Parts: sequence; structure tokens; C-alpha cells
Amino acid sequence: MNQPRVMILHAPGTNRDREAALACEVAGGAPEIVHINQLIGGERELAAYQMLVLPGGFSYGDDLGAGRLWANDLYHRFRQALDAFVGAGKPVMGICNGFQALVKAGYLPGPAPRQRVTLTFNRRGHFECRWVRLRATKGRCLFTQGLDEDILCPVAHGEGRLAVPDAAARQTLWAEGLIAIRYVAPEREADAANLAATVPVRPEAGYPANPNGAVDDIAGLCNAAGNVLGLMPHPEDHLYAYQHPRWTRGERGGLGLPLFVNGVRAARAFA
Amino acid sequence: MDQIYRIEVIPRPGEVPDDYLLGDIAALGIAGVQRVERSELYFLRGDLAEAQLAQLCGELLADPVVQTARWGRADAPIPTPAGAVRVEVGLRQGVTDSVASNLLARVKLLGLDGLAAAASAQSYLLHGRLDEEQVHLIARRLLHNEVIQHYRLGQLDSHVGEEPRAAAARLTQVPLSQMDEATLLRTSRERLLSLDLAEMRAIQGYFAREGREPTDVELESLAQTWSEHCVHKTFKGIVEYTETTPQGVTTERIDSLIKTYLAAATREIEAPWVLSAFVDNAGIVEFTPDFEVSFKVETHNHPSALEPFGGANTGVGGVVRDIMGVSARPIANTDILCFGPLDLPLEQVPSGVLHPRRIYNGVVGGVEDYGNKMGIPTVNGAILFEPGYTANPLVYCGCVGIAPRGRHRRHARPGDLVVVLGGRTGRDGLHGATFSSIELTDETGEVSGGAVQIGNPITEKMVLDAILVARDEGLYDAITDCGAGGLSSAVSEMGEETGVTVHLERVPLKYHGLQPWEIWLSEAQERMVLGVPPEHEARLRRICEGYSVEMTVIGAFRDDGRLLLWYEDQVVADLSMAFLHGGIPRRQLKAAWTAPAPAPDPAASFSGAELGQLLLRILAHPNIRSKEDVVRRYDHEVQGGTVIKPFIGPSSAGPSDAAVLKPLEVPDSWLGLALGCGFNPAYGAIDPYAMAISAIDEAVRNVVAVGADPAQISILDNFCWGNPLLPDRMGGLVRACKGCYDGARQYGTPFISGKDSLNNEYTDRATGQQVAIPPSLLISAMGLVPDVRRACTMDLKASGDILYLLGETRRELAGSYYHRVAGLSGGAVPGMAEAGPATARALHRAIASGLVRACHDCSEGGLALAAAEMALAGGLGAEIALDRLPELPADALLFSESNGRYLVEVAPEQAAAFEALLAGLPCARLGRVTAAAELVVKQGATLFALPVAQLERAWRGHLEVQP
Repeated sequence: MNQPRVMILHAPGTNRDREAALACEVAGGAPEIVHINQLIGGERELAAYQMLVLPGGFSYGDDLGAGRLWANDLYHRFRQALDAFVGAGKPVMGICNGFQALVKAGYLPGPAPRQRVTLTFNRRGHFECRWVRLRATKGRCLFTQGLDEDILCPVAHGEGRLAVPDAAARQTLWAEGLIAIRYVAPEREADAANLAATVPVRPEAGYPANPNGAVDDIAGLCNAAGNVLGLMPHPEDHLYAYQHPRWTRGERGGLGLPLFVNGVRAARAFA
Repeated sequence: MDQIYRIEVIPRPGEVPDDYLLGDIAALGIAGVQRVERSELYFLRGDLAEAQLAQLCGELLADPVVQTARWGRADAPIPTPAGAVRVEVGLRQGVTDSVASNLLARVKLLGLDGLAAAASAQSYLLHGRLDEEQVHLIARRLLHNEVIQHYRLGQLDSHVGEEPRAAAARLTQVPLSQMDEATLLRTSRERLLSLDLAEMRAIQGYFAREGREPTDVELESLAQTWSEHCVHKTFKGIVEYTETTPQGVTTERIDSLIKTYLAAATREIEAPWVLSAFVDNAGIVEFTPDFEVSFKVETHNHPSALEPFGGANTGVGGVVRDIMGVSARPIANTDILCFGPLDLPLEQVPSGVLHPRRIYNGVVGGVEDYGNKMGIPTVNGAILFEPGYTANPLVYCGCVGIAPRGRHRRHARPGDLVVVLGGRTGRDGLHGATFSSIELTDETGEVSGGAVQIGNPITEKMVLDAILVARDEGLYDAITDCGAGGLSSAVSEMGEETGVTVHLERVPLKYHGLQPWEIWLSEAQERMVLGVPPEHEARLRRICEGYSVEMTVIGAFRDDGRLLLWYEDQVVADLSMAFLHGGIPRRQLKAAWTAPAPAPDPAASFSGAELGQLLLRILAHPNIRSKEDVVRRYDHEVQGGTVIKPFIGPSSAGPSDAAVLKPLEVPDSWLGLALGCGFNPAYGAIDPYAMAISAIDEAVRNVVAVGADPAQISILDNFCWGNPLLPDRMGGLVRACKGCYDGARQYGTPFISGKDSLNNEYTDRATGQQVAIPPSLLISAMGLVPDVRRACTMDLKASGDILYLLGETRRELAGSYYHRVAGLSGGAVPGMAEAGPATARALHRAIASGLVRACHDCSEGGLALAAAEMALAGGLGAEIALDRLPELPADALLFSESNGRYLVEVAPEQAAAFEALLAGLPCARLGRVTAAAELVVKQGATLFALPVAQLERAWRGHLEVQP
């Protein structure tokens, strides 16, 4: 089977590049961590890759707002190449800081370049690191197809609260199927270790299941075509059973890997 | 035409996150504030059209969904709403403003050429009824720190882009040869040199032999190189030690505490896996045949007392650079923080000292900011509150690194270029090395303002990325970080064997006007120094450009053992390396230890129910209770290797004994790394020897409990102490060092690195009162876990399992949390546990064989606290009977903090195998895990039964004490 080339775009201050690369590798892709200067200088070309991951971290220190300056890079330096990449239907994934950049550059929920929603300061006013449970919404997103298990993975951010300007914008997200992944809390405590995606969940996840106060428990968005996904949590930090927070209690499952497997599978079509 | 514009970015209503400021204001005793509106301010100098300002706000400064921006000329008045007061806070000139520099760099991309300079600031609108004095109090205590910021009631004046004083560079001769003793001492004091008379005389003698006066650069270089912080003159000095006990008086002459106790233990233990101890930026041990791991712990106490955020922030940044300085990738951070009580009444805060709550908020924020932004998981630590830390908070920052073996090079060769990577040099942190060696007074904030620095973790991350590539390509012969003492320390240490020439005018500066000595001594952050063979310069430059890292060649290593500093066409220093590094007179110190008169053990007779209530009080004690609200602000998952996390159990809230990492670098091995620590200053107040024994025992227990092999544990010592020139302080230090030696030898755990922070004393100028911190020794432990799949956590797992107490319980209650919450004192502090090492080895065999379901060490709060924590972490109950333990009163059995003990859960079907492994060692079957979520403790009859939910509420600080 071919190994599609995955660009992990490194910007000054991104720091989960290696885990993202590992996830793509385990999923069957051929990842390469590419520094943004290599793109600017023409050493690398986006078009030569079949999948793009914008990893987590603190690009440019999150000065002027999380992902803002990185978004500015996307918008001013790479707009043409990125528009073509997205337009061709190639998979693009933004994780945490990468999600923030895609939102602020307008690629999520899209179409670029207008910024329609935002990711802003957590309700609690500070950074928080904890494991969350995620459920994919049925829809067009190519990354979340066929997930019969919820994903368990950590969040680690201070500016992850999805906010919308008004009720209409919120309505659009639902109506157009742009909400790809939500934070969930099982209705019954007994279901905590049962990760089946059919486990009944509370209507509102509430804190801390929704760690940042995001509207409608939104953890991830996709574009209308379903080939661009962004999410605040870190599925790349749950690739192995021994990363599970309760593996010493015998609990298993909820890996973040399927998102990458789906992405790499879709990327193969372009290789 | 240049204008100054003011842009204010305001959150839209309903988009304001929870604000802790209101609580902090209430804690100041000011009740009138209903709400606070914060906004971000930007001052821009340049020539910008209206449309350009709008573009700048729309694309860079304001989020269109949750913020609005307004702009105008900076001098145009902004209305303040009725019933509100405006306070605005800006940075002092010369303080790093990374937001402004990112903004400036970015504006070019937008095609706006008219912007010349930028500055960021904050604006606060305080709504409510306040008098002016209250507003000033809020501003001074909460909104600004005068060391780095200034504030104004009303609109801020902006001086954007004005550079700090730009005096012409000049060289001063210091007429040392004519000085008498008093003048020598005055010179040392006035120049903040922190040198004593013997040292000043040695310098005077050297220049008399050279036949000239020293330059200011030379004198500053010597003071820095000879500072306590850099040369550890106390630990390397000669100590006349007198110990007075009821048995009599003994005296002893100790030739270097490091050599006699710490390095001696390491040498005698002869662990073959120790690759480097005490000689490099960090201790290094073997991990796999292909990888090595390094560990270093530093303190940043004085800077954190003055500017808590910046002090802690750069404390983390500094220790991370130490790890970069051994060519390793940082994979974990640790931090142990000590503060005054958070509820300390304002009137009890000494003059010139920040309130503990302010220090706490700033320090936690600073640790969070640096570790998270660099992408290093913070996985282990502790937070303590004691009145003794009010004026002198402690901030211990640790960092662990991993590197392929054989790639780290540490010997510069003559002809190698001196290369500086990373941040630019400003007036930051001048005199940090000598400043950390003096006592704080209420004026220190003003005098030493320059000693504080602000970090920029992203710059350091970029330098790290570049260095790892340079390491793998073998581009340098030597590497070290710029820490205390700046280039002076880094470059002259690298060139100690060879000599070195540096051209100070080549060092890239943040702004003009630095004197040559300031360039040489500046402690500006995020700089690394490399010794690079000339043939690799071009390749290194390409790598640095690829990562946007500034690289500058500032000189070259020599072969004649001279330190030669130039500024433009003038030699500003010409010293022999032999004198610089070897000319310091050995310090002679007097130390006296008088054993405190034995205090009788208070034989309290509490009822069973009262003992249960005392357990709840211990759980709720600020030092014991859950620190989840802080620890979750640190990213402990980044790098994907945190196999045992800080929080465990079904609700992910139980306090883990230690963290276990499985580094991403070594995917094909199950080998793991356990990180833990031992720290209990309450014992130090009674006997520093016992504190050291207990700290080592606890650090070892922590890592053994999660699965580390006791034969592969290395430890680090970090002493925070008072003024070593006072014989009683020094006497305690000797006692602690003796304890370190005995404890390390007992467990066979070599010291691989250590550091001391002395002079943690505060002198109130008004009262003349001098207060030292409690003697504080941190022992950090790093142990190898042979197979992380066998790692163990402390949460109870299954009802019906058997609970064992390993180790011997003795009546050792002095300094215990039981005594504290019950208001008692006296008796014995925990001593060495003779069976400790054998117990640890047997327990490890049991864990490695998969016989142990849960394991928790018994430390603060004793057996009772260990059982309570295991129960609340696992959401299960436990029934324990004290009858099989030695015949001691119940309070001692429950709360004694005797060393060498573990509480262990074993499945019934494994009990026989487990007991066989423990044969001949103290191992008592105590009881069982129960499904009913209740902790039941019996001694014959039931002493108490407490619902686990109540234990957990207490542990989260909600104490429901019965009347």
C-alpha cells in the first residue's frame, strides 16, 4: 500500500510536531516535519504532499492571541497553495494551536478567508490539562467516518473555547453539518469505562467534561466538504494503551489513532 | 510625520473569562469593587493611515468574534465611565516585550511600512466605590510590579520606542591598589560584588603583581566567577564544626562539604551507570545502551520574591537550558514551590515583601507559561505553605533530558569560534549571580530591580530545535548555557583550559548604550554559547537561519590560558584563567550544632472518633490537600510519554507517588523513567540530619512505589538555607550533609547533581529583625522502571484485595502533620529505617512480577493518610486493623511518619507469592479493600469509620469538622 506524504507544518513555537508525525506514521503515512521557513524559502512545496497537519503548541508564543500570527502566515504567505490543497479535497487537520490557526485564517468552518467563529479564553480563565471524552458527529467529515468508539485523549490549552458571534452562526454550524466532534459525558457513571459510541450521554457535558465552556460542547469543526478538520484535544497523545489514564486499572480503548488512519486513507487517493 | 497611536482591544460583553482579580481585591480587604474590565493596550509610533490602523486591528490585534478595538492618537483623552476608575499598566523601558516585537515583525508582512515602534500595556476599569488610596493599593498589590512595570491612574503616557539611557561606552579603572580594608569592603558593597575582605585582598594582590589597576570589567568578571552562586564557596570551603550533644562536645575540620559528603557518597557507591556527576550542567546516567538521561534541579528564589512571574518563568527557562547544555532534549519538568500562608493578614506581611498570594499566583503562572510553551510536560512537584517562606519563597525547578549517547561534547579547542545563539543581550538580570548571594531587605526591590528578567519560551524552543540538529551533525566541540553570570560565566568556564578572546561589541544587543561590563555580565535569557570549529560555521549558520535563530560569532578560543576581552579597539580585560578560576581564597567557616534539648513525647489520648477528625484535618491541610487546581495548569501530557500521570484513579484525581515516562525517543523499548522527590522542612527545624535521611528515604520510596528498580536510582540535592556565615545556620548545613551521605550510602543512590541557594534571609530595616527560612533540603529522585507495563499506581483497585503495611512503624511523631493539626510537639523525628533498602528491593521484585495491585508510600500523615488517599483515589473503601502492628498507641500507629514504609494492595490469589518475597522483612497484613466506600480503622474495637466521600471532600479543602 502506498504511503502518502504528510506535511507536519512546524512554526516557531509549535511543540507537538513529533507526536503528530508519529500518529501519521503509525496510521500508515510518511510524515515529514517541515519548518515554515522551508515553505517560505521554497525548499518545500505544499503541493508535493497529500495530507497536511498543523500541530499543537504555541506558535509565535500565541502573542496577539492563540494561533493569530500563524493564521496570518497562512493567509498572507500560503493562501494560494493552501486554497488549492483544500480545494482539491486533500485531508487537512489542525490540532489545538493548528485548529486555532485554521479558524482564525477562515479555513474552518470555511470558506476562507473570512473568520466566522473563534477559539478564545477558557471560561475558567486559565490553561487546563485533562483527559476528555470525544464523540464524532455523523456527517461528511472524512476523518471521523466509521468511528464506533468514542475517543479519549487529553486537552492542554488556555484558549480553546469555541465561540460564535451570534445565534445565526451557531445555527449554521449545525445546519451545515460543520460540527465534527463534541465533548461528551456519559449519562450513567457506570458507563465511564465503556467507550462505545452508543453510550447515552448527557444533553450538556458540563465542566469538566467540556473543559473550556465551548458552545454546544464543540471540540472540533470540519469544513463543508469534510476534508478539513480542526479540534482542540490531542488525539495524537493517545496512540498506545499505556497512554490511557487508567490503564493500570485494566481500562483500554478510545485511541485517537482512527482519525489519523482515516486521514491517511483519504490521502492515498492523491498519491 | 511620526505619531503615537493608542489601540485598545476590549472583550465583548459575555466573552469575559472568570476573573480571579475580584477575589484578590476582596482578599485585600477592599469590598467596594463590583467588577473589573480589562483591555489590552497597544501603543504604536509611526505614520499610519486610518485604513491601515483598521487593517492592523482587524487582522492582528482584535478577534472579530469576541473583541472590539478602538484607536486614536495616544494623547486624545479617553472617557472613563461614571462610577469607574481607570488604571493603566505599562512595562518599564528595557523590559522584554515579546508581543511588541512580534507585532513589529509581522506588520512588515502586511505591507505597512510606517510603523517604527510598538509597546504593549494593560488597562483596567475598576467599577465600584473606591477612594484613591484603595486604588493605589490595588494597583501596587495586584495590577503591577514596580520592578518591571509602571502604572498610572487614568491614561498611560506612552514613550514608545524611546531607548533606555544610552551613555557612551566607557571603561573605568578601579583604583584598588590604594584601598584599605574599609574601602575594599565598601567598594564590594557599593558595586554589588558580594565579595568578602579576603577575596577583595586576593584581587588587590593579583593586580599589584600585574602592576596595574583592574578595569571595571575585570572586577565584575571576578566577582561573578567567585560568587556563591557560581563557585559554591560555602560548600567547597573549610569548615570548623562543633557539635554539642548531651554526650559532650566534638569538633571536626571538614575540607569541603561537597567532597566530604556528596561527591564521596557517589564515588563510594560506584554505580557503573553514572556517566557524569557534578561536573557538567546536569548529572547524566545511562538509560539504554543507546541513550542517556540527564537531570538538573535549580532554584530561582530571590528573583521570584521580587517578580514572581518573571522569576519562576526564567527559573524554568534556566534549568531547561542546563539540559540543553548537556546536548539533551528536555522531556520533563518538575517544580517544588514554597510560599507563606495564602491567608496571611496584610499587616503581617513584612515591608517591601509581596503578599504570599501574589507570589503564589505569579510563580504558578510563570512555571505554567514556560513549561507549557516549550512543550515540556511538568510531571512532578509539591507545594508547601509555611510562615517561614513569607519573605523568601522557594522555587525549585527541575528538568530531565534525553540524548543519544556519545553525542555531547564538552571541550572547546583552541581556534574554535565562540558562538552565541538565541536571544539578544540587554540590561536584564545584571548582578543576578551576586544578587542571589545576598540577603533580601525591604529595599532590595529598588536596588536590584535590574536583577529581574523576563523570559521568552518560544525563543528558547527555537534555539533548542536548532541545537538538536547541530548536535546530531556534530557541529560543535563544546556547549553551555548562559545562566547566572551571563557570557562571563559561560564563556570563561568553557575557556578555562584554553583561554579565550571575545569582542564585546559584536554581541547583538536589544538596545544601545550598554557598558562593556554590562554586556559581559548581562543575564538576558535564552542564550546558548557554543565552541564551533571554523569549518562548521557556515553549516551552523544555515541551520540557525532555518529556525529563525540569531547566531553571532563573538570571539575564539586561545591556547595561552588568558581571558582577553575587547571592546572595539580597546582591551577591556586581560586576566589569567588560572587566577580567575583558581585564585579565590578558600572560605573558612565556623559551624556549630547544638542538639536541641530532648522534648518529651506528648502522650495524647484521643478517642477513636477524635483520631478520625484529626485525619480529616490532615487531609485538608494546605500542604497535603489536592493541588489539582494548580497542577492541571501544567501540561503533563505533551510529548506523549507520561505513562503514570500526576492524577490517577477512576476519577483521575488521586495523587500519584511519582510520574513514569516512556520517552518518545526510544520507541522500541519498554524501559521507563520514574521521577519523584522527598521534601520535609518540618524535620529540618528539629534536626537537619533527620531531614536529609527522611528526604532521601521518601524520594526513593516514591519512585520504588511506581515500579522503579532500587538498584538504579540516582538522586539530586538542592539546599535552600540561611546565611552560612552564621555558625548555627552552617552547623545545620553540616548536619544535613552528613545525613545526605548516610542516606545515600544506605540506599546505594548516588548523587549526580546538586545546587545550593544560601542567604535566604530577610532583614527588616525598620526593626533590624533577621529571619532565615526553615532549612530546606529537596531530594529529587530519578529511577529506571525496567518495564513500564508493570508500573504501579496507588489507587485501590478491587474489593476483597489484601492490604499490607511494609516497614517498621515506630513512635516518631515530632514534626508530623498529626502534631501540627493537634497542636502538639516533642518526641522523636523519624530516623533511618534499617530495613528500608531490603524492603524496597523485595517490593520491587513483587511489583516487577505483577503481584502488586496498588502501592503508596507512607510519608506525611503516616499510615492513616496513605490509606485515605488510596481509598479516595480508587473510589473504594478499606478496613484496616492495627492489631498486627507493634504495640503502640493508636495515634502513633496511624500518624507516625516512620521511614521505609509502604501500604500495598495484593489480590488474595497472589498473597502467598507476595508474602514469600517479603519473608524476613517487616510486612503486616492489615486488612482488606472493601466495596463499601468507607475507611474503617480498628484496634480491637472500631476506632473510626469515615465515608470516602467525606475524605475526598476534606482533601479538596472542604472540611466538615464535628463540633
